[in-house]
Amino acid sequence: MSPVKRLEIVDSERCVGCQLCMYACERRFGDAGFARSAILVRSVGGVERGFTVIVCRACQDPPCVKVCPTGALTPRNGGGVILNSSKCIGCGFCVESCPIGAIFWSYEDNKPIICTYCGYCAEFCPHGVLRLGEVKRI
Amino acid sequence: MDPLSRVLYIDLEHRRFWIRDRRDLFEKWLGGTGVAIQLLKEELPKDTDPLSSENVIVFAVGPLTATYPFGSKTVAMFKSPLTGNLGESHAGGRSATSIRLAGYGAIVIKGASDTPIYLVVDESGAYFRDASALWGITSTLTVGRILREATPGQGYRSIMRIGRAGEKLVRYAAVMTETYRHFGRLGLGAVFGSKKLKAIVICGGGSVPIHDKHKYRELYKEIFELAVKSDLMKKYHDLGTSMNILPLNAIGALPTRNLTSARFEEAEKISGERIAEEKLGRRLACSNCPIACIHLAALKEPYPDEPYFYKTIFISYDYEPIYALGTMLGISDIDGLLKLLDIVEIYGLDAMSTGVCLAWATEALQNGIVTRRETIVDLKWGDFENYVKAAINIVDQPNEFYEALAKGVREASERYGGRKFALSFGGNEMPGYHTGYGAHVGFLIGSRHSHLDCAGYSLDQKLKEPLPPRELVKRLIDEECWRQLLSSLVVCFFARGIYKPEMVVKTLKTLGYEYDTDGLKDLGKRIYEEKQRLKHELGFNPETLRPPKRILETESPYGTLNTEYFDEALKAYREILNQIILRR
Repeated sequence: MSPVKRLEIVDSERCVGCQLCMYACERRFGDAGFARSAILVRSVGGVERGFTVIVCRACQDPPCVKVCPTGALTPRNGGGVILNSSKCIGCGFCVESCPIGAIFWSYEDNKPIICTYCGYCAEFCPHGVLRLGEVKRI
Repeated sequence: MDPLSRVLYIDLEHRRFWIRDRRDLFEKWLGGTGVAIQLLKEELPKDTDPLSSENVIVFAVGPLTATYPFGSKTVAMFKSPLTGNLGESHAGGRSATSIRLAGYGAIVIKGASDTPIYLVVDESGAYFRDASALWGITSTLTVGRILREATPGQGYRSIMRIGRAGEKLVRYAAVMTETYRHFGRLGLGAVFGSKKLKAIVICGGGSVPIHDKHKYRELYKEIFELAVKSDLMKKYHDLGTSMNILPLNAIGALPTRNLTSARFEEAEKISGERIAEEKLGRRLACSNCPIACIHLAALKEPYPDEPYFYKTIFISYDYEPIYALGTMLGISDIDGLLKLLDIVEIYGLDAMSTGVCLAWATEALQNGIVTRRETIVDLKWGDFENYVKAAINIVDQPNEFYEALAKGVREASERYGGRKFALSFGGNEMPGYHTGYGAHVGFLIGSRHSHLDCAGYSLDQKLKEPLPPRELVKRLIDEECWRQLLSSLVVCFFARGIYKPEMVVKTLKTLGYEYDTDGLKDLGKRIYEEKQRLKHELGFNPETLRPPKRILETESPYGTLNTEYFDEALKAYREILNQIILRR
C-alpha cells in the first residue's frame, strides 16, 4: 500500500507566528479566521521563546478512535483518522484523548475539527515550517 | 453578517459593558481611523484633561483585518497627554485580529477605575478583573507572563499592557502588545495608567463570513504570492527597518547626538547588517503577515556572581529605536544599546520620545542649562550605563527635573530653557529623519506629528531637488489622505506597495463593498478632513507650529534648511486647514 499524506512540522524553530496556516485552514470553507481551523500556532510561554505548531500527526494507532463511542471517528488506512459527522454526538472524548491537543472544537456545530491532511495550510507557510509529507511506517 | 459593525463599549467606572451595532459608522467610514474619529467625536468631551477619567480610548479595526494579509494593525485613538490634542497610535501583533475574531470592529473605553483592574474581552463582552497585584511590577514582560497563565485563549488572543511608565503617567508611556509591539507614540500608556487600567486581554477565535468566497480565496493567494515572491516586502524580512541606518548615514540624514550632526561616524557598529550578523536571534510576524519584520536580538549576558552562569534575553530592535537610543545618544556599543532598549521595553516607554528627551538633557547638561543636581547621573554621549539609569529616572521621577522630562521635551525645555535644541514637533518628539524639507514639514503638519503620517522622509529621498513649499505641502497631504484610507481598512503601511487603489477595490469587492478607485481616494480625503476638524475642536492651533532651531542649523542632504521655506509651507498648510474647517 502506498503511504498516505500528513502534515509534517519540518522545524518549528523557523516559525515566526504569522498564523497563515490557521487562516488557510479556515479558508477551505471560504471564510476568514480560526473558527474551523484544525491547526494552531501558539507561543512557547511568550513569543520570545518561539512557537509550537499543533496539528494532527496522523497516528498509526489513534487514541481518538478508541474513545469515540459512536464510531464517528474511524482509522484511515495508513494512519490518521476520518470523521463521519453524522454519527458524532459531540461528547468531546476525542479532544480529551489526544495528548498533543490536535483535535479542536467547533462551537458552532458542537463537533470536533479533524485535520483532513489536505496540505492547504502548508501552501501558505512562507518560512518552511510545514509541509505535506508522508506517514512513515513505524 | 460581518461582525465588524459591532462596537463594544466599556465603562470602567461603573464596570459595565454594552454592545451596539454601528453599521451607520462602518458603512460610511469603513473602519479603523475613519470610524475611530467618529467614535471619539461622539464620546470625548472636547476640553477634557487627557489624564482625567473623561478621556476616551477607541480601538478600531477594519474590513481587511483578519481577512487579508497585512490586515494586522489596530488603530488606537484618544486625547494625547503629550500634545494635549488628538492622539493616534497604531500597533501590530495580534490585537487587531483578536478584536475582529472576537466579533468586534471597535472597542470604546470610558471612565476610570478607582482601583487597578484589567479587562478580559471575548465574544460575549468584557470581564473586569482586579489588577492590584499586578500594579507596580517592574517589568512588562513579567506582567505578560502572569496574564498568559491567568487567562484563556492561548494562540487566539492578544495581551495589551502598560509598564511602570504608564502607571507613573509618563506622558509618552506606551502600551505593549505581544511583548514586542507597541502603541508607542503620544502616550496611550499614560491614559491607561490614569484609568488604572493595567491590561486588556482579548480572546478572538471566531471567524468572519466572506461575501464572495471563491474570489476571496483566489485574491488572498494572489496577494500572498505578491508578498513572498516579489521584492515588494523582502527588505522588511531580511534586515527589517534597521536596514535604514547605513543609507541614511551615507546621505547625512541620520540624526546624531541630538542632531548636532546628521552623520554618526560609528554607524557601522550599530547598523542593521551588524546587529543581524552578531545578534539576530529570532524573527516574529504579526498575525496574518507573511513577512515577519519583527527582529529580536539575542543578548547573552553573564551573571557577575558566578562563573559560566548566563542569561539570554530577547530584545526587539527597529530603525527608530536604534536612532533614538543609539545615534541620538552617541551609543555605538551594540550590547549597551540593547540594554537600553531592553529597559525602555521593560518600563513601557516610547523609545523615540525617551531618546529625544535624553539627548536634549545631555546637551542641556553640557551647556550648563542644568547641572548634575538636576540630572543626578552624568549624561555623556555614548555612556549607556548612565542612560539606563536616566531612563529609569524618567519613570521614577525622583526630582522636578525628571518630572518635567517625563512630560516631554517641549515641557522640559519650556521650564529649563534650551528650546533651540529641543527636537519637538507640535509637542511630539522627532522621528529619525533629517532628510530635508519633506521630513520636517511632514512632522509639523502631519496629524500625529509622525513620520508615518505622510512619509516626507521618503519623498525627500526620491526627489532630486526640493519642491516649491506649496507643492510639497500638497504632496504630503495627498499622501496622508491615502494613508487615512489604508489605516481605515486597516492594513500595515509597509504593505502600501501591494495595496494600491486597484488592489484595495478588488479586496473590498470580495467582502461585499462596492468602491472604485476614485471613491476610495475621495473617502481617504474625507477622513483626513474629519480628522482635521476633530483636531480643531480639540484646540489644535497651527499658528504655534515652528521648526526647532536645531534642524535649521545642522546640514541636511539638501544643505542648510532655511526658515523662509518653512514659513511658506506652514502658511500654505494653514490655508488648506482653514478651508477644511470652514467647509464643515
